[in-house]
Amino acid sequence: MPVVFHIPGYLRQFTEGQKRVPVDVPRRVVRDALDCLSRKYPGVRDRVLTERGELRPHVNIFVATESIRYTGGLDTQFGEGEEVTIVPAVSGGSAHQFRTISV
Amino acid sequence: MQFAPPLNVKDGGALLLVGTTKGAFLLAASSARSSWQISGPHFAGHAVYALAFDGRSGRQRIWAAVQSMHFGSVLRSSDDFGRSFTQPEAANVKFPSDAGVDLKQIWQIALGPGDRPDSLYCGVEPAALFESSDAGSTWALVRGLFDHPHRARWEPGGGGLCLHTILIDPSDPRRMHVAISTGGVYRTEDGGRSWQPRNQGIRAEFLPEKYPEFGQCVHKVVRHPRNPKRLFLQNHFGLYRSDDGGDSWNDIAHGVPSDFGFAMVMHPHQPQTVYALPLESDQFRCVPEAKLRVYRTRDGGGSWEPLSRGLPQADAFETVLRDAMAADDLQPAGIYFGTRSGKLYGSRNEGASWQLLAHTLPPIVCVKAARIGQAKRAAPKPRTKSSKGRRTGRRRARA
Repeated sequence: MPVVFHIPGYLRQFTEGQKRVPVDVPRRVVRDALDCLSRKYPGVRDRVLTERGELRPHVNIFVATESIRYTGGLDTQFGEGEEVTIVPAVSGGSAHQFRTISV
Repeated sequence: MQFAPPLNVKDGGALLLVGTTKGAFLLAASSARSSWQISGPHFAGHAVYALAFDGRSGRQRIWAAVQSMHFGSVLRSSDDFGRSFTQPEAANVKFPSDAGVDLKQIWQIALGPGDRPDSLYCGVEPAALFESSDAGSTWALVRGLFDHPHRARWEPGGGGLCLHTILIDPSDPRRMHVAISTGGVYRTEDGGRSWQPRNQGIRAEFLPEKYPEFGQCVHKVVRHPRNPKRLFLQNHFGLYRSDDGGDSWNDIAHGVPSDFGFAMVMHPHQPQTVYALPLESDQFRCVPEAKLRVYRTRDGGGSWEPLSRGLPQADAFETVLRDAMAADDLQPAGIYFGTRSGKLYGSRNEGASWQLLAHTLPPIVCVKAARIGQAKRAAPKPRTKSSKGRRTGRRRARA
């Protein structure tokens, strides 16, 4: 069954420049869909997930308009026709600098 | 933002690698070092806390630890002085799935011993050591240190729990020192299988027990390759020297305005000469008296002299971090440092006088120096998938 991913600008270097990437998934679950996307474009996986397979803290994934952080995380299911959007969070920048340079 | 072609480099010249919180800048000069080209920012918007130049086996490879706040950290390399950088699809430095931790940041890239030109090391946060034996194509966690029973009791400093210093003993490649904030100094004698804390005599001002076996907040350790048993150490309060490979440490903070600081650099040719850059205290991490001064000892820490010619001596509220000072190995040696306010200073006469090489960079967190063309050229090993790097800005700086 097909699902469409929306890819943020930085990750498009790993998706042949595509903003919208359709993939076929065996189940309508975000984790499985990400696996399929990463098999097609391996550069995506480590940018979105940590070594332990968790969503990076400053990356958000939306199913339609809802963040999966509030709907079951990577186990969130999605319906037919719903699209998945990967977005860098607005957090970052200044907090990161402060943390890392005041050693 | 301005972009322009990458550097023109010449054999025998100097190369400076400057990491900032917003990208990396590369500088090149002839051996006279009177005029510098600057290119950058490379990896604009990304923090670059570790850089290295690998000139072994005919390579001319720049390594950069590139951190995206959003998308993680990865090692990227360039064999053409920044014209292009690799962009590995899978993260090349990462913890195995059973480690139970995730990589936050790469703090240090170190070349392996001279007889193993394909050997590289990385120090990371959370504190761990990674090793590559194939010139950086693949990396593996050094389990002997990661599984050390002390690890659970290492505490993060203000910048995180990082392994920031890696020193390989040139007289015995199986012997290596690492330093961790906060964990202290650890030494291996068997190539990384087992590690022992080596902190006797180093003060932990922030702990009830002032001289614990481990847990010190060591900021930087240096050594000269011709005198591998002698180590110099900048601590979170304290300047120390060891003459027995780290078995014991003695205070050498005689004649400095403060024994707090981060950066420390070894003179490339003189085993008794060390540079440090004191800061007032951990509560006020700026240079003492608002005077920007590098301190140098030429007698192994017996005495220190300020080096301030060309540096601001009033209203200089500057901070220099642990990896933001470096030396090249030309004659005479060049000494360089960068500040959190984005100023890059250089001396082409071993610190006798200083020039401002750049003054509007983002906060500088890493400075590395090298001589270009140190070895005969040979075909480097094939690298992972390469992508054209972002076009880079080039400016000129007068020294």
